[in-house]
Amino acid sequence: MSSTPWWAAEDFWRKCAIFVTAFMALVLILLTFHSLAAIQSGAGRVPAYSVINHRIDYRMDSERGYQIPVIGAEAPLFGRKLTDAEAEQLVDLGKLTVQAKNCMNCHTLLGNGAYFAPDLTKSWLDPGWGNEQAREVLMTLFLKDPVANARTFGTGRSMPNMRLTDDEVRGVIAFLKWMSAVDTNGFPRGFEPLPQGGA
Amino acid sequence: MAEATADIAATEVRATPAAAKALSAAQRLALRYFLVAMVLFLVQMVFGLLAGLQFLMPDFLHGALDFNVNRMVHINAMIVWMLYGFIGSIYWLVEDEAGVPLVGIRLAQATFWVLTIAVAVVVIVFLVVQVGPGEMRSIWLINEGREYIEAPRWADIGIVLCMAAFFYNVAATFMKGRWSGISGTLVLDLIALAGLYFAGMFYTTNISVDQYWWWWVVHLWVEATWEVLVGCIMAWGLMKTLGVRRKIVTTWLYIEVALMFGSGILGLGHHYFWIGTPEYWLGIGGFFSALEPIPLVAMVVHAVYDAGRHGFQSNNHPALAWLIAHAFGNFLGAGVWGFIQTLPQINLYTHGTQWTASHGHLAFFGAYATIVVAFVYLALQRWRGDVWMSGGLPDKGRKWKWALALLNVGALGMTIALLIAGYEQSFTERAIGGSTWQAYFAGQTTVWFVQAMYWRMAFGVLMTVGLLLLLWDFLTIGRGETRAAKVVPGDANTR
Repeated sequence: MSSTPWWAAEDFWRKCAIFVTAFMALVLILLTFHSLAAIQSGAGRVPAYSVINHRIDYRMDSERGYQIPVIGAEAPLFGRKLTDAEAEQLVDLGKLTVQAKNCMNCHTLLGNGAYFAPDLTKSWLDPGWGNEQAREVLMTLFLKDPVANARTFGTGRSMPNMRLTDDEVRGVIAFLKWMSAVDTNGFPRGFEPLPQGGA
Repeated sequence: MAEATADIAATEVRATPAAAKALSAAQRLALRYFLVAMVLFLVQMVFGLLAGLQFLMPDFLHGALDFNVNRMVHINAMIVWMLYGFIGSIYWLVEDEAGVPLVGIRLAQATFWVLTIAVAVVVIVFLVVQVGPGEMRSIWLINEGREYIEAPRWADIGIVLCMAAFFYNVAATFMKGRWSGISGTLVLDLIALAGLYFAGMFYTTNISVDQYWWWWVVHLWVEATWEVLVGCIMAWGLMKTLGVRRKIVTTWLYIEVALMFGSGILGLGHHYFWIGTPEYWLGIGGFFSALEPIPLVAMVVHAVYDAGRHGFQSNNHPALAWLIAHAFGNFLGAGVWGFIQTLPQINLYTHGTQWTASHGHLAFFGAYATIVVAFVYLALQRWRGDVWMSGGLPDKGRKWKWALALLNVGALGMTIALLIAGYEQSFTERAIGGSTWQAYFAGQTTVWFVQAMYWRMAFGVLMTVGLLLLLWDFLTIGRGETRAAKVVPGDANTR
C-alpha cells in the first residue's frame, strides 16, 4: 500500500480536485463580470432598445469574416418614433409575451429552444416578408391569425393561434426587431437579409 | 448452466431472504422517489411520442395539444424524473455511507409530498392552461417559457425550499455519522447544484443576459454538477455491486471531479458563441468543451476495469449491466456526441438544429437514465429481501436483458436518426440556403430529413416497449426468490 506513487495517491487527487474547481470557478466569475458588461443593452454588442426606431441592416465585415449588424437611418416601427423608455417598455412586453406563450418550445431564439419551427433571431430581416413596406403589415396579420395566414412551405406545420392582443403583437414585433440587431458573431451562417432602402 | 452452478457454489448462506432486515424509513422513502421517477419516465416517453408524431402528422392534436406543450412536458418530465432518481439514490445510500439513521425523517417525508404535489400541479397547469398573457402573472403562475426551466416562479421557490430540506437531511446525517470522500464530494456538489438554480429565477428583457444566466443553470447542471453527482452515486454503486475497495473508487472520484470541473466549468463557453457575448468565448468555449469527454473516458475505464478486475462477479447483474451502460452511454452521448459539434467552426452550422436534439437524447439517457435504473435494481433487490440477483434467474433474466437491449437500441437508434436529420438541416438550411425561413423549410422537407423522422419514431416506439418491459421487470424481479444475495468478494470492506 505504501508503494502507491504520488500520481495515484488519493490525497494528491483530492487537492487537485479542489484547486482545479476553485481556479476554474474564479476564472468563470471574472469572465462573467466582463461579459455581462459587454452585453448590456446599448453597450455595443447588444443594441439599445431604441434601435427599433432605426433601420437594421447587415454588412460583411472582412476582418471578422462574417456579417455584422449595422444601425441605419431612422425607420420607426409602426411609423411612430418612441422615446427610450417607451421603446424599452414595448420590447419588454414582447419578451414577456414570447415567454408566456412558450414560443421557445417550437422555435429557437439565438439558436436555443426547440426545432419544430424556424429560428427567430433574424426573423425581422427574413427575405420571406417580401419588402420593407409590407413587412409590418404581414407580421401583424400573421401573429394575429397564424392559422389562416399560414405559410408552411410544404411541411404542413402551422403555428397555432396564440390569441395575442394587439399590444402583444406590437410588442413581439418590437422584440424581434431589437433582437435582430444583436451581434451574434455571424450566426446564423450566410444569412441574407431582406432588401431594404439605403442604410 | 455451468455458470449458474458456479454462482450458487460461490454463495455463502446467509439468513433466509424472508428474515432479511426490514427497510429503514429512509429506504422506503427512496422507493417512493423511485416510483414517482418511473411514472414520470413513462410520461416523458408518451409526450415524446406525441411530439415526434407531430413531425410526421402536423395536424395531429393541432390547437389542442400543440407541439410546444408536448415538448415542454417531454423535457420537464425528464428533468424531474432524473432529479427524483438522484434524490432517491441519495436517500438510499446516505445511511449506509454515514453509518447512522437519516436525520429528520419526518421532514424528508413531508418534503416528498410537497414536492410531488407541486410537480403534479405544474404538469396539470402545463397541460390545461398551457400559456398565458404577456404579463408577469403568467411567469409566476403558468409558465416561464424558458426551455428546461419552464416551471412557474411559485414552483421554483417551492423546489428551492424542498432542495434545502433535502440538503439538510443529507448533510445533517453525515455530520451526525461519519464523513467519507464520497459524502464530502456529494454534499459540496449538492450546494453548487442547488445554488445554480437561483441563476434561472429572474426575468429580464435583455435576451442575451437571459441566455447567459439560463446556461448557468442548464450547462452547469447537466455538464458539471449532475455529472459529479452521478460520479458519487457510481462510486458507491461499484462498491456495492462488485465490492471494489473504497480507496480505489474515492481516488477515481477525485480524478473525475478534477477533470470534470476542469473542463466543464469553462466548457460553458460553448454556449456563448452566438448569443451576443464577446468573441473570446469562441476560443475558451471551443478549447475547454473539447476536453469535456476526457473525464467520461476515465469513468468508462474505471467502471470496466473494476468490473473486469472482479471477474464480473456481481451480486446484482441487472444493476451492474446498467452501470456499465451508464459508463458507455455517458461517454458516447455526452462525450462523443457533444464533441462532434462543439468547435465553433462546426457549431456555427449545427447550433439550433437536430444535431442538438440528437446529442440531447443520447446524453440524457446514457448519462442519467441508466444510472437511476441501476439504483432502482439495487433498491428492489434489498426491498424484496436481499435476494439473489446474479446469474440463473428464474426467467433466465429475459425481462431485464430485453429491457436493457430495447431501451439502449431505441435510444441509440433515435440518436442516429436525429443526427442524419441534423446533417440534412445543416447542409440544406445553413450551408446552401443561407438560414432563411424558406431555407429552414427546404431542409425540413428533404427526403432524408423526412425519412430520419420516421426512423426516429420507430426507435421511439421500440424504446417505449423497452420501458414497459423494464417496469414489468421492476414489479416482478426477485419475487418468490428463496436464495439470498450473493456475497461479493471484498464486500466486507465497504460495509
